[in-house]
Amino acid sequence: MASVTDAPQSPPSFRSRSNRGAAGCALRWLRANLFSSIASSIISLLLILLLAKMLFGLVQWGIWDAVWSVPGNDTSACRAVRGLGACWAVIPEKLRFILFGTYTYDQQWRPAAATLVFIALYYLSTRRSLWRRELVLIWAAALVLIGVLMWGGILGMPFVSQDRWGGLPVTLILATFGLAFGFPLGILVALGRRSKLPAIRSLCVLYVELIRGVPLISLLFMASVMFPLFMPDGVNIDKLLRAQIAIVLYAGAYLAEVIRGGLQAVPRGQEEAADALGLSYWQKNRLIILPQAIRHVIPPLVNTFIAFFKDTSLVLIIGIFDLLTTAKTAIIDPAWQAFSVEVYVFVALIYFVFCFAMSRYSRRLEAQGKSKA
Amino acid sequence: MTTSTPKLRPRKRMRFSLRDEKVKGLIWQIVVVGIAVAVVGWLWSNAIHNLSVRRISTGFAFLGREAGMPIVDTWLPYSPKDTYLRAFLVGIVNTLRVAVIGIVLATVLGTLIGIARLSSNWLLSRLAAVYVEVLRDIPLLLQLLFWYVLMQGLPAARAAWHPIDGVFLSNRGLMLPSIPIGAGQLWVLATAALGLIALYLLRRHLVARQMADGRPRRLWPYALVLLIALPALVSWGFGVSWSVTKPELHGFNFVGGSTLSPEYFALLIAVVTYTSAFIAEIVRSGIQAVHSGQWDAALALGLRRSFVLQHIVLPQALRVIIPPMTSQYLNLTKNSSLAVAIGYQDIVSIANTTLNQTGQAIEAIALIMLVFLTISLGISLFMNWYNARIALVER
Repeated sequence: MASVTDAPQSPPSFRSRSNRGAAGCALRWLRANLFSSIASSIISLLLILLLAKMLFGLVQWGIWDAVWSVPGNDTSACRAVRGLGACWAVIPEKLRFILFGTYTYDQQWRPAAATLVFIALYYLSTRRSLWRRELVLIWAAALVLIGVLMWGGILGMPFVSQDRWGGLPVTLILATFGLAFGFPLGILVALGRRSKLPAIRSLCVLYVELIRGVPLISLLFMASVMFPLFMPDGVNIDKLLRAQIAIVLYAGAYLAEVIRGGLQAVPRGQEEAADALGLSYWQKNRLIILPQAIRHVIPPLVNTFIAFFKDTSLVLIIGIFDLLTTAKTAIIDPAWQAFSVEVYVFVALIYFVFCFAMSRYSRRLEAQGKSKA
Repeated sequence: MTTSTPKLRPRKRMRFSLRDEKVKGLIWQIVVVGIAVAVVGWLWSNAIHNLSVRRISTGFAFLGREAGMPIVDTWLPYSPKDTYLRAFLVGIVNTLRVAVIGIVLATVLGTLIGIARLSSNWLLSRLAAVYVEVLRDIPLLLQLLFWYVLMQGLPAARAAWHPIDGVFLSNRGLMLPSIPIGAGQLWVLATAALGLIALYLLRRHLVARQMADGRPRRLWPYALVLLIALPALVSWGFGVSWSVTKPELHGFNFVGGSTLSPEYFALLIAVVTYTSAFIAEIVRSGIQAVHSGQWDAALALGLRRSFVLQHIVLPQALRVIIPPMTSQYLNLTKNSSLAVAIGYQDIVSIANTTLNQTGQAIEAIALIMLVFLTISLGISLFMNWYNARIALVER
C-alpha cells in the first residue's frame, strides 16, 4: 500500500516485484502459475513427478547408457545394452544411405547441394519483399538447377538415372515439385469451381471431391499399378514421375479448396469494379482478385504445405526411395536390425525440423495478419 | 418505333460474335469438356488394348471366386475358402473398426488436451503444447512404424506386462477381459437402445412443454428407468449372466478374453494420438472464439458455472468446432488406410492382395475408392446434419 502512495505512476505489481528481488519474483510466478489452487497444485506435483521420471528414463536411455560408436560392423556393444540404452552408432554408420539412398557414392555432394538449393529456395520464398513476379522466375531457375545437379550428364558430372535417387532430396523433390505444379492447378480449379459455366464448374467439383474423398494411398496405387495400363504401347513412364503426378493431382485438389476460401473472402465490389474497367476474365483474376485472395489464405496455405510435406512419406508403400524408405531399408542390414527405434527417431527429427520451421512461420504470418487488421 | 422493331429483331437473332459473353462461355465449355472426354477416352482405349494384350479379364466376376487369402485379425467369421466378396466385407469391417473407435478415442483425448492447453496451470498447458507440436510435425506413417516397432519389442507372452488383473500387454498384442455376447445379452442391449430412443423423444417433448410454460422439468428419473431399470429387469427376467472371461496364459499364447492384435493396437494408437493433436487445436480455438463477455454476463445473472459451460459457452464453441472437426474425422478414416504398411488387413490391404492375385488393378482400386467415398459421404452427411442442428438460428 505504502509503495503505491509513494509513486502513484508506477503499477503496484512492478514496484513490489522489484522490492522482493529475483527469488521473490520466482516464488510469485510459481504461486500464480503452478500452485494457484489445491487442484492445480496436485496436478503440478503429479506432472513434475511424471516428467522427472520420463526425463530420467530418456536421459538414461539416450545419453548415459547409449553407445555412440562401435568398431566397424561389430554391434556387440550395442546388443549388450539393448533395451537399456540407445545405439546411436547406427546413425553415422548409415547416415549417407539414409540421406541420399543409393545415389552414386562419390557423387553424393550433388544431392547434398540440391538439398541446400531447396532450403535456400524455401528461405527466399518466406521473404515478404520477394513476393513479386520474380519469385516465379527464382522457382523456375532453382528447379532447373536441382534437375541439373541430380541428373548431371553435363558440366563433367556423370549422369545418374532417377532410379538411383533416394533419401532426403527425393522427399524434397516430391514435396516441392508437387507444390510447384499443384499450386497453379489448384488456382485453375478454384477459379473453375466458382465459374458461371455449369460444365466447367461440375468438372472441377467432381475432381476436387473425388480426390479429397479417397486416401492418398489409393491414388499412389493408381499411379503405380493402374497408370501403366492406361498408357499406349512403348510409353514407359518412370515410377518416381508417376508418383509425382499422383502427388500433384492430390495437392491440386487440396490447394484448390484453400484458394477457393480466399476467393470467397474477396468482396464482390472488387470484381464488379474490375468488370466496370473492362478487364477481361483473366486480367481481372490475375491483377485484382487472385493477389487479394491468396494474401487472405497464406497461413492455411502454409498448413497445407506442412500436411503435404508429411504426406510424401506415403510413397514408402509403393516402394519409392524417399527419406522414410531409405531409413526403413537401412535397418534391414542384419547387424543393425535391432536398432530401428534410433533410426526412426533420427528421421523424425529431420521431418520435425522442416515442419516445425514451417509451422512457426505460419504462426508468425497469422500474428502479423491479426495486428494489421 | 413500331416500324423499326420488326426490322431489328431478325438482325439481333443472327448476330454471332466471339466477343459475346454467352458465346464465349459456350465455346470454353465445349473446349474443356471436349479435352476431358478426349483424354478419358484415349486412356480408356489404351486400357482396353493393354488388358486384352496381357490377357487380364475385366469385370467384377472375381468377387464370387475363392479368395484363398488368410486374414488374421477379423471380427466376421472368415476362412481362406470364402469368396473375395467376403474378404472385402471383412476388410471394410476392419477399416470401420479402426475409424469408429479411433474417432471416439481421438475426440476424447483431443478435447482433454485442448482444454489442458487453456489451463491456468503453466506446466499442464506447456506439456499439452509440446504434445501437439511434436505429434503434428512428424509424418503419421513414421509414427505408425515407430509404434509398431515398439509393439514388436514388447516382451513375449510368457513375460507379458501385467498392470492390472486381466490385462496383458505383450508382443502378441493387448489382451483384455471381455463379456461373451449371446442372444440374451443382445436382448438386454436392444432394450437399452430402445430406451435411449424413447428418452430422446421424451426429452424433445419435455423441452417443448418447458418452452410453453417456462417450468423446467426433470429428465433424470426417466433416464434411470429407461436406461437402467428396464434393461436390468429384462436381464433378470431372462436370467442372462454377465460373467467376465479373463485372458489366461496357456502354453505360448493367451486363451479367453478379447485380443487386440499388435497391428491393430499400433494403428489405433498412431491414428488416435496423431488426430488428437489436431483436434486439441480445434477445441482450443473453438473455446477461445467464445467471447469472455459471455462468461461474465452469464455469471452476473447468477447462473452456475456448469450451467454456463453447458448451455452458453459450449453451444457457441461447437459452432466453430464442428466444421473443422468433420474434416479431421474424414482424415482419420482416410489415414486408417496406412494399415497396409504394417500388415493390418483393412480394405486397402485386402484390395492390394486381391490386385496381386488376380491382376485386376482397375477393379480393386475402384473398390477401395468406392468404399472410402461411401464412408466419407456418410460422415459428411452426419456431421452436416449435426452442424445444421446446432447452427445459429438467425432472424
